[in-house]
Amino acid sequence: MAASKKIIPGFRFSLGITMFYLSLLFIIPMLAFILYSSGMGMDKFISVVTDERILHGYYVSFLCAFVAAAVNGFFGIILSWVLVRYDFPGRKILDGLIDLPFALPTAVAGIALTTLYAETGWLGQIFHELGIKSAFSPLGITIALIFVGIPFVTRNVQPVLRDLQPEAEEAARLFGASEFTIFKKVIFPELLNPLLTGFALAFARGIGEYGSVVFIAGNTPFETEIAPLLIMTKLEQFDYEGAAAVAIVMMLLSFMVLLTINGYQRYRLKKEGIAV
Amino acid sequence: MKKDKLVRISLIFLAVSFIFIMLVLPLLLVAKEALAKGFAVYANSLTEGIAVKAMILTLEATVAAVLFNTIFGVASAWLLTKYDFKGKTFLASIIDLPFAISPVVAGLFFIMLFGRMSPLYPFLQAEHIKIVFAIPGIILATIFVTLPFITRELVPVMEAQGRDEEEAAASMGADGFTIFRKITLPNIKWALLYGVTLCTARAMGEFGAVSVVSGHIRGKTNTLPLHIEILYNEYNFTAAFAVASVLVIFAIIILIVRNYIEWRSKKKISAV
Repeated sequence: MAASKKIIPGFRFSLGITMFYLSLLFIIPMLAFILYSSGMGMDKFISVVTDERILHGYYVSFLCAFVAAAVNGFFGIILSWVLVRYDFPGRKILDGLIDLPFALPTAVAGIALTTLYAETGWLGQIFHELGIKSAFSPLGITIALIFVGIPFVTRNVQPVLRDLQPEAEEAARLFGASEFTIFKKVIFPELLNPLLTGFALAFARGIGEYGSVVFIAGNTPFETEIAPLLIMTKLEQFDYEGAAAVAIVMMLLSFMVLLTINGYQRYRLKKEGIAV
Repeated sequence: MKKDKLVRISLIFLAVSFIFIMLVLPLLLVAKEALAKGFAVYANSLTEGIAVKAMILTLEATVAAVLFNTIFGVASAWLLTKYDFKGKTFLASIIDLPFAISPVVAGLFFIMLFGRMSPLYPFLQAEHIKIVFAIPGIILATIFVTLPFITRELVPVMEAQGRDEEEAAASMGADGFTIFRKITLPNIKWALLYGVTLCTARAMGEFGAVSVVSGHIRGKTNTLPLHIEILYNEYNFTAAFAVASVLVIFAIIILIVRNYIEWRSKKKISAV
């Protein structure tokens, strides 16, 4: 039975390479981290992660990542719509630019955004005149996280919108539904799943993002310190246990975000399955 | 109909302004700041010793990440799509996991494995092997953060392609390497290249993970992104943006290659 399943040669060879590589580069380093952290003891762990400065770091990371992912959700839908449904000069360039945050090193984005939004910067000036602090504030952190998250929603929604069958839409149009009603009732429900996937990925990425944020954040305790920065700070003080404790909670936060959204998507699929 | 046109124009306007403000302005700013003190200063910031050393280290780490992850990517995608076995779904989710881990935490993994608190440390010390706060650590961290890229690009393509051709070739007695070279590779060529460009982009720009394991030893363990950080924190903005402009140029090249690959692979599908 087993032999008939594996007609193509090379099973052991590819399994060997995969397992060896994964163990060496991922599983063993992760186990080392878990082993080290488990030696810390519950008291130390709790005292680190309930420290007010650390709690505030989680709060800033979580809130800014959430707002940034929501903004990207909104613009991601608009961008996908414009790229799929409309034809206009420069559409291809716009489409190509969406991936820039994947290709541009985060440190470059970080220093460019900081200079752009500093009081004297091209955009910071405008905010400054309005009396809003953009760089070195939670707003700056959010802007950096929006930058990093731009491709996630668009690249998940775009293919689904492109492959959408036109029948339902045309039927709704025949019955005299307005374009907005058609979008709300016919198209948007189809886009909700990829939108949520993109949102979750951008959100999780935002919680752990470091490079693009450190420069623009200002890193003031209790104001603009993000969780990954607190890990760095602990490392610089050679407080390895503290760094590990902060990291564990941060990992749990990201996993929770991904699992929650994944669970909701399954729930929706199941509900739809029964309704159909 | 007039209302439709209005909606259309305002949506396009909104989309274009968003991308212009968020993505194009930062690029223009890098160019402006890099050349702020003239071309001579610009060229000088790129050719001074520490910058060149950082460039070489970035190149080394990127080449290593692309090379090793290509081997791993092909082997793991082949494993996940050509065979059925127990624990396959579990293995697939393990391979995806590095995506969900913050790069800073990834760096921490390697500190715990090779640093002073590690059970391996006495041995490494006795053999004079330096991994963290040295070049091997940077390369390991870079490989880690780019680990799933190529597998993820290959799996859907190989899944869609099925196993029939490979199985036919195997039943006629072809060995694994021949099957891969003659049947699988031509079909996954573009997806593989696509994965390689993603892996390259991320590897050359990785900051968080590398920052943790580097120990910031100037001129020795600095990659280009870390070099930018140091210059920027020293208020040497022109030099920081000059070095940044090199990475911007690479990023744009990667985007162009990506779009070319997409265009080529689409053309192939429509030709069939």
